[in-house]
Amino acid sequence: MTSMKRRIFLKGSLATGALGIAASTGLIIPRTSLAAWAKEAFEAKDVNSAVSSMFGSSDLTASDKIKIKAPDIAENGAVVPVSVSTDMSNVESITIVTEKNQNPLTASFALGATAIPDISTRIKMGKTSSVIAIVKSGGKLYSTGKEVKVTIGGCGG
Amino acid sequence: MSSIKLRASAKDGVTTVKSLISHPMETGTRKDSKTGEKIPAHFIQEVVCTHNGNTVLTASWGAAISKNPYLSFSFKGGAAGDKVGLSWVDNKGEKDADETEIK
Repeated sequence: MTSMKRRIFLKGSLATGALGIAASTGLIIPRTSLAAWAKEAFEAKDVNSAVSSMFGSSDLTASDKIKIKAPDIAENGAVVPVSVSTDMSNVESITIVTEKNQNPLTASFALGATAIPDISTRIKMGKTSSVIAIVKSGGKLYSTGKEVKVTIGGCGG
Repeated sequence: MSSIKLRASAKDGVTTVKSLISHPMETGTRKDSKTGEKIPAHFIQEVVCTHNGNTVLTASWGAAISKNPYLSFSFKGGAAGDKVGLSWVDNKGEKDADETEIK
C-alpha cells in the first residue's frame, strides 16, 4: 500500500519537476557530446573480446597502483559493493569487468578533468569470479583483479 | 522528488557525490516465476554527472549493475551552493535527471 501511494506521489511530482529541470540548462546535455553506449562490448561473452571492443586493444598491464575494494565472500551475488581507486594521474576511465558473468563488461566510467579516480558502485555477480578493474591512463590500459566468492548468484534464476 | 537521490558535500577542496537511483535493472535473463516467460531487459545504460553544468563523470552501465543502483564518486573543487546534477538514460529510452546543491 505504501508503495502505491509513493507511486502516485512520484507521478505528480515528476510532472511539476520536469519544468524546473528543463529550466536549469546545466542538466540539458547535448547527446552528441557523449559516446554512444558500447553495445558490442557490453554484449561480449568473454573478457578479451569485451576489452578489445571497448578500447580497441586487449593489451592490459598489471598494476599494483589500482585498488579494488570488494568483499572476499559475497553472500548475495545480486548486490556486491565494489570500489575502484588508483593514485595514477591522468586517468581517463575506470572500467569494471566481472570475468565469469555472462556478459563480463559491467560498467565503464569516463572521468572528466576534475574527477578523482575513486568510484564506488554495486554490481551483480552470477557466481564466484574475478572482478577486474581496468584503468586507462595516458592512453594505456592497466588492470588488477580480485577474486570474490559468491554463495548465492545474482543473475538469472 | 524523482527516481534519483543525490547528495553532494564539499570538504578540503574535494566534493563527494553519493547517489541512489530507483530502477529495476532487469538483465533480460530472469524468468517470471508465474508465467515462465523471460522478463525483458530494462537497465540504465548511461549516467552523466555534472558540476555547475560541466560533465564530471560519464558512466556506461551494463545490466550487471545492481537493482536500484548506487554510485559514489568525488571530484576536485566545488563549494557550498554549487550545483551538482545527475541524469540517466535506460535501454528503453526512459530518462530522469535531478540536481542538488553542494553542502
